[in-house]
Amino acid sequence: MARAPVCPFSPPPALRGLQAQAPLAKVRLWDGRTAWLVTRQADQRALLGDPRISRDTERPGYPHASVAARERGTVGRTFIGMDDPEHTRLRRMVTGRFAIKRVEAQRPAIQRIVDGLIDRMLAGPKPVDLVQAFALPVPSLVICELLGVPYADHDFFQANSRVLVNRESSAEAAREANGKLLVYLDRLIAEKLADPADDLLSELATGHVKTGELSRREAAVMGVLLLLAGHETTANMIALGTLTLLEHPDQLAALRDADDPKLIAGAVEELLRYLSIIHSGLRRVALADIEIGQQTIRAGDGVVMAIDAGNRDEQAFADPERLDLQRDAGGHMAFGFGVHQCLGQPLARVELQVVYGTLYRRIPSLRLATDLEHVPFKHDGAIYGVYELPVTW
Amino acid sequence: MQVVVDKDVCLGAGNCVRTAPDVFDQDEEGFVELLDDNPPSELDEDLLLARRLCPARAITVNEA
Ligand code: HEM
Ligand code: SF4
Repeated sequence: MARAPVCPFSPPPALRGLQAQAPLAKVRLWDGRTAWLVTRQADQRALLGDPRISRDTERPGYPHASVAARERGTVGRTFIGMDDPEHTRLRRMVTGRFAIKRVEAQRPAIQRIVDGLIDRMLAGPKPVDLVQAFALPVPSLVICELLGVPYADHDFFQANSRVLVNRESSAEAAREANGKLLVYLDRLIAEKLADPADDLLSELATGHVKTGELSRREAAVMGVLLLLAGHETTANMIALGTLTLLEHPDQLAALRDADDPKLIAGAVEELLRYLSIIHSGLRRVALADIEIGQQTIRAGDGVVMAIDAGNRDEQAFADPERLDLQRDAGGHMAFGFGVHQCLGQPLARVELQVVYGTLYRRIPSLRLATDLEHVPFKHDGAIYGVYELPVTW
Repeated sequence: MQVVVDKDVCLGAGNCVRTAPDVFDQDEEGFVELLDDNPPSELDEDLLLARRLCPARAITVNEA
């Protein structure tokens, strides 16, 4: 859907129109099929928490976001594309390292990573592309450490990841990228089985593959999900979040001077709400007829929840179009809702808190090195953001 | 209010720990653990919110 030329940070105005007039609207998908587009937050919450709604990407009615997403939902299917009880059985094998206390224990290491990258930027030439120099390396270094994936291979997995999140990739390209990642993760898991270390892939290998609960292939598919899920998302929140703050200098100044970690944590929630970077919607298929509002979603119908619209629903947030770092944005759905709610959210939160709490303090004169009109926004991706963010100081 | 949690369905998303840290905790594997099964009434609101936000419906609050 076309974005308003006036504001690159806001969801397309057509979505907002639907919210008022037709909160459940039939829309045509890229493959010619139709699906329900749900724009109000209350409806989204009700549907995402409803056991009659399925995330099984192999069901015929499932409304895939793109050809590449359909490939991943079949050849690269794991718990994100399954219903319970399979979904819960698999997800529960990897929850440990994402528990709040364990993620908090990683905060000093994340701080070191962030400081190290800032040192490098300050010592290097300017202007610099913040995406390549900072926004992408932060989540990449963090997740590599947590999983036990060598960061030295980042060019390889980031390139293949880009193919998978691009809506314009062909089926062949997506299958090939997914295949390469699977071979890579499978080899890593074999190595961890032989020589385990203190990381998530080793825990998965020794705790679940060795016992026969999980095949090596299943573990590799899960590894690919974990490696990719936290990359583009967190990186886009860092780059797009920085751009948003640079466009709101008063609020940036207040954030920079904030001593209270609660204020920074609150700013992270508000930016998650305001930017809601998952722009392809959360996608489901109905298993039974579901009455909602005045409408009936029929069994087999595809359902697309536009969380970017839901997070700007005036019935859920006062003055939703306004960025307000002081507001209580706690009820946002940027991480989804229901059983598939983001597994990595505690990690994403700590990464963003460290980044937003450090970057502008260490580089107080940080500014855009180009005009806003020349910033290349990701209009072709399932995850919204910027391809490049030239900055200077 | 009385609180009961179902560890077997918990998905480890940690919403409860963020919402009411004096009541909920997570074990080594990320699954919910109760710190207090009968918290003081000041926490009633937090408990109801935690129940609402739990993606796995693992939290039961007994209002009696
Ligand atoms: C700011 C960054 C992030 C955002 C906005 C985000 C957003 C989301 C959303 C909306 C979902 C739900 C998808 C659905 O219901 O269809 C999700 C699921 C998931 N996310 Fe994240 N995510 C972020 C970071 C991370 C990180 C750092 C990881 C770490 C590995 C991660 C791992 C996952 C996984 C494994 C799932 C699937 C959970 C399931 O199906 O049970 N995410 N994420
Ligand atoms: S909110 Fe629910 S799923 Fe998440 S840790 Fe608490 S009990 Fe478990």
